[in-house]
Amino acid sequence: MTSITKPKVAHPSLPRNELGLTRRDYEGGMSTLCAGCGHDSITAAIVEAAWGLSLRPEKLVKLSGIGCSSKTTAYFVGGAHGFNSVHGRMPSVATGANAANRQLNYIGISGDGDSLSIGLGQLVHAIRRNLNMLYIIENNGVYGLTKGQFSAAADIGSQSKKGEANLQTPIDPTLLALSLGAGFVARGFSGDKKQLVPLIQAGLRHPGFAIIDVLSPCVTFNDHEGSTKSYQYTRDHYHPAVAADFVPKAQAIEVTYDDETVVALHDGSQLRLRKLDPTFDTTDRVAAYRYIAAKLNEGEHVTGLIHASSTEDHELHTQNRSVAQGLNSVPYSELSPGSAALSKLMARYR
Amino acid sequence: MTTTISAMGQTNDFVVRFANVNGTGSASANNLIMKSMFRMGVPVTGKNYFPSNIQGLPTWYEIRVSKAGYLARREQVNVTVAMNVETYARDVQEVAPGGFLIYDSTWPRNALLSRDDITVLGVPFARLCNENFDGVRNRILMKNICYAGAMAALFDIDFEVIRSLVTEQYAAKPKLVDANMKAIELGYAYAKAHLPCPLPYRIERMNSTVGQVLIDGNTAAGLGCVYAGATVGAWYPITPSTSLMDAYKGFCERFRVDPVTKERKFIVLQAEDELAAVGMVIGASWNGARAFTPTSGPGISLMNEFIGLAYYAEVPAVLFNVQRVGPSTGMPTRTQQCDVLLCAYASHGDTRHVILFPANPTECFNLAPVAFDLAERLQTPVFVLSDLDIGMNDWMVPELTWDDRYTPDRGKVLSKEEIEALPKFHRYLDVDGDGIPYRTLPGITPKGAYFTRGSGHNKFGVYTEDSAEYQEVLDRLVHKFNTAKNLVPPAVLRGPGHHATGLLAYGSSDEAVKEAQDQLAAAGIDTDYLRVRAFPFGAEVDAFIESHAVVYVIEQNRDGQLRSLLVLETNAEKRKLIPILHYDGMPMTARFVNDAVLAHVQTTATHSTASRGH
Repeated sequence: MTSITKPKVAHPSLPRNELGLTRRDYEGGMSTLCAGCGHDSITAAIVEAAWGLSLRPEKLVKLSGIGCSSKTTAYFVGGAHGFNSVHGRMPSVATGANAANRQLNYIGISGDGDSLSIGLGQLVHAIRRNLNMLYIIENNGVYGLTKGQFSAAADIGSQSKKGEANLQTPIDPTLLALSLGAGFVARGFSGDKKQLVPLIQAGLRHPGFAIIDVLSPCVTFNDHEGSTKSYQYTRDHYHPAVAADFVPKAQAIEVTYDDETVVALHDGSQLRLRKLDPTFDTTDRVAAYRYIAAKLNEGEHVTGLIHASSTEDHELHTQNRSVAQGLNSVPYSELSPGSAALSKLMARYR
Repeated sequence: MTTTISAMGQTNDFVVRFANVNGTGSASANNLIMKSMFRMGVPVTGKNYFPSNIQGLPTWYEIRVSKAGYLARREQVNVTVAMNVETYARDVQEVAPGGFLIYDSTWPRNALLSRDDITVLGVPFARLCNENFDGVRNRILMKNICYAGAMAALFDIDFEVIRSLVTEQYAAKPKLVDANMKAIELGYAYAKAHLPCPLPYRIERMNSTVGQVLIDGNTAAGLGCVYAGATVGAWYPITPSTSLMDAYKGFCERFRVDPVTKERKFIVLQAEDELAAVGMVIGASWNGARAFTPTSGPGISLMNEFIGLAYYAEVPAVLFNVQRVGPSTGMPTRTQQCDVLLCAYASHGDTRHVILFPANPTECFNLAPVAFDLAERLQTPVFVLSDLDIGMNDWMVPELTWDDRYTPDRGKVLSKEEIEALPKFHRYLDVDGDGIPYRTLPGITPKGAYFTRGSGHNKFGVYTEDSAEYQEVLDRLVHKFNTAKNLVPPAVLRGPGHHATGLLAYGSSDEAVKEAQDQLAAAGIDTDYLRVRAFPFGAEVDAFIESHAVVYVIEQNRDGQLRSLLVLETNAEKRKLIPILHYDGMPMTARFVNDAVLAHVQTTATHSTASRGH
């Protein structure tokens, strides 16, 4: 057997969420990624976020394309259906799945290769469609499985392991998403779980397309001197602009800080934001774009919640005026017009 | 003017061609004429030969009137209405001897007088309309409706039938009824007063269209998807499949929208390309909805990678391929059957796919639910291989009917209770020995969760690079494909089955082949005709080839694609299968088939005589 099943051993004293489940219940198979891979930290953050939200495992649908990042859907929430599709085409599969059943939570895991090169078209159109899903890009600036080619997220001047410098302009997923009108745009760092977990939770609760670009160093092919996606470089240049904390619906807010903004989410839960940079405004898309772009020019990757606005009014199913239940569960009797209607319709063709 | 009136009148048996300019409203006029003939009980079929253009290029519409009920294209055009100056020269040449040509005599057309074996009749359509209507655009549109009036007089069409059709068509806009009737009356009156009405090619009331309708295959297929219970349609617009999704959407808006809340029980996703369209279908089907995509050859080319995923990960998908002329962009508005091999083996690696071959709009409708049933039963992509001729032309077919007892076959999908009752759920086990595993849907229970992947997996659904485990799954897929042989619609036999000569065809060739079979019989060559309706081939296909000394495989592509498939997938002897190939982009005709068979029969006769001589 070339796959590894993780033994499920839960200590009785492990904390339990509202469903009585422990964090172990949100884990998946054993990771086969390199030791120290940033992606595994993101997987851990997803486990923590889903557990914290008391999400029913079977109500989560995990989708991915191809690449190191896309493998990770097998490593969390084993009780959820997973779909490892084809390279760069996860958004279309997610669109179809969501079209069939709007009542589940959809999380898509992709990488910078999967999303920004081969899958750029699909990503862009999923954003345009305002598909209700959380889309995570595990961004390491490099193709791992094919041994270290630059991705479209590589910064100008960043050096490959072989010493070659990238000369092409990078695509920044957050700027891309902002320019397309995404309602929830954030950036995290795999090394900052405290920041990432609430972002994932808020992203899962956002009724529309939510995207989180997570800087996630590749320890094997992009963690050397000269790389701008290494752990060291990222730690030195990531710029937390907003600290976010996710507050579930049921939980009362006990302390509020003076510099705190509370964003009410769709289901009554809240996202509490503390600005670390007083000049930054997450509600203004254009201002956010300008801020992120300016910081990028300075070599800084702004992290935290970058933009959040309500886009529920034009979420895919709202646009379509779909019935509330999943289209996959509408009884056939409500779908077939029946023989009498057909016979009546035939008059048109006589 | 030279006039040659055919002594032999061809009542209810002729072809009329309308030469028009694309985008001038001629479609309504042509449709009006055809429908009025149809309402007079006369079998008709209409074919549109149009350019890949929105406005300005030449377009032709042909109506074949056939009291015998033959619906294939026929080459000999008896009457041409030449409304397009640019194609006059060609239109004149293509009228069969003894035929008629009607043109707009507002301006002199000396070139029209080049033939003395046809009759040329002038009607000053432009002048009549200019005198009676205002506005340039309106005059152009009315000029076309005006010729419908003149043709009604020439064909002896019941004027009241025309009037009731116009009234029905513009029921919502009474003003348009008046304007259109005025134009029709102008043409009608002029023809009655100045032309030899009726022509020998004329319509006489019959009773052969009772219970029939005029409908195109794309409309029927779209309607079929509604009746099949499809709730998700994803597509990227491409000629000639576009009207299929238009039809599905239109019927859903009529039948699937709550009158009070306006909530919809369907969704149509216009994808960014065909790759995304089929990805959406796969995502939706995987998640338990009936989903489909209409496309054409270039779309299938793009979808190949995803089709392989659906095959290997065993996800249902229904793809309507309304074939057009390839390769590459080819001739998008012409017809062919050129994607048989493309669909049969789509995607890299060892793959084989189920294909249905509808022969007419009725089958587009009836095979739609069959396609969804098969896709879900077999958990695999199913292609419905239509073509432009079926999809976009008006065919006379029996009224579509529906059996209310139909319940969709959703295949082996485990319920929550069934999953809970299992010790453990495994995705790809062949529990029943038919090669078809059980699947679960997301959202039901964590116990049913599994991981869908296009990468190597074993029968438990777990990633593998182990040779034996990989091969076990691949071999089961073959077993499943063999199971499909017994589930697909069987081939249809026309003839007693004991003749030495066999004809074998599929799809839109059917009408031409049936007519040719009759013609061959009249010439003393008795044949059996087998119409293949699906791939994989059932045992009856093998048996048919086995029991006939020679089998003409008649199809509309250059390379004999179905013949290749027969050679690969049956025990047929290759040299026994004689290809008859029509691939100029126009629908096949009976004469073509007839001539080809006769030529081959003569050649073999000559050969055998020659060899006896030696």
